[in-house]
Amino acid sequence: MLKNRIIPCLDVKNGRVVKGINFVDLKDAGDPVEQAKIYSDGGADEICFLDITASNENRDTIYNVVERASKNCFVPLTVGGGVRSVEDINKLLNCGADKVSINTAAVQNPNVVEESSKKFGSQCIVVAIDAKKSGEKWEIFTHGGRNSTGINAIEYAKKMENCGAGELLVTSMDRDGTQSGYDIKLMKLISSNVNIPVIASGGVGTLDHLVEGIKSGASAVLAASIFHYGTYSVKQAKQYLVSKDIPVRI
Amino acid sequence: MEVTIVDYNSGNISSVINSFKEVAKDKVNIEVTSDLNKIKSSDKVVLPGQGSFKSCIEALNNINGLVDILNEFAISDQKPLLGICVGLQMFADIGYEETETRGLGWISGKVSKINNQNGKFKLPHIGWNEINIMRDSKLFKDIKNHSHMYFVHSYEFIPQKKNVILATTDYSSNIVCAVESGNIFGTQFHPEKSDKFGLKIIDNFLKI
Repeated sequence: MLKNRIIPCLDVKNGRVVKGINFVDLKDAGDPVEQAKIYSDGGADEICFLDITASNENRDTIYNVVERASKNCFVPLTVGGGVRSVEDINKLLNCGADKVSINTAAVQNPNVVEESSKKFGSQCIVVAIDAKKSGEKWEIFTHGGRNSTGINAIEYAKKMENCGAGELLVTSMDRDGTQSGYDIKLMKLISSNVNIPVIASGGVGTLDHLVEGIKSGASAVLAASIFHYGTYSVKQAKQYLVSKDIPVRI
Repeated sequence: MEVTIVDYNSGNISSVINSFKEVAKDKVNIEVTSDLNKIKSSDKVVLPGQGSFKSCIEALNNINGLVDILNEFAISDQKPLLGICVGLQMFADIGYEETETRGLGWISGKVSKINNQNGKFKLPHIGWNEINIMRDSKLFKDIKNHSHMYFVHSYEFIPQKKNVILATTDYSSNIVCAVESGNIFGTQFHPEKSDKFGLKIIDNFLKI
């Protein structure tokens, strides 16, 4: 039976983990590679790096991080943030990323998704959807949630599936950073409207939120702060899911 | 010992390279190349593959003489070869991804799309799934039955003869996820991304 995945996400800025905390035995809390290794040793099913480097000069730092991480982590590694072109995707894959997540560029130019999934295979193309509730619908936002687009999230999700996305990483901008749980309605709606796996993201504060995410139909749950600030370990999260009869890899 | 990972522009093979180098340390020399002479003279070959069946077969054919050398290595010389993901699928006679494409024909069978049972099963089959080991193999030495491996695929290899099946995994139906036919080995899952047990399988292959 296919297991539900738990994916810890690390925000990386200028090659360093944002607000890294000191886990025991960690030499450098700011090193994304060390943090990723701790997650993978703890049973993470996948690791996600989100590059939030703002300036163009420091963009290349992520390549070095990915290169080092992929030599130390033998679970899948997804990298996103600032990916603009097929060439950016190619570079990240060559550095050792297993999947690349595309956000703003996919909205601006769906050809990037189409072209890259043909070239590298759907298995490595994740489309990240940042959605915000507006009335009874959800709307897509770009540039880290700053720019509204007027695009309906459900229609967009279907379109990305058709363009060749292998997975959708769906983040509720209303919930992101609030620790009040995933936007369950949004997750349900998107996962029931596409035939590709959905990764739920945005808003996890408790282990019950992970359970809710899986029950909403998502194939995987992504969380950053609960793992990052040491509130829970990946292992604790998995044990909790098992206690709620949710199949995970132990 | 010389082990060659065939680099034929089949997509992203850096994880395969990293994992084999991690396991090999300095005991085994890992070569990544499409150089025909190097492939011919190596002791073992790894055939990775990402993307579609069709694009991988085309990529093999694009390198002059590569298919002949692989045939010689695997069929005439009967030296150990491991196919990973589409690398395994290409052992088949025929594949149906995008369009009907002839495979290497090393293990009789076909590659067709996983039956998603009208949307009940999401495709690609992505994530960690248990493997059901069907028979003993050096490839699975010290691997427990029902170990988890990492999968990413939408197509499955359906071999004609069931005795080549080493393991299956349960997704929509019993999907063949590892095969062995003499010196030819293949995994549908990605040992290079399957954590400790995946690395153990790589280690087992290096020790065959």
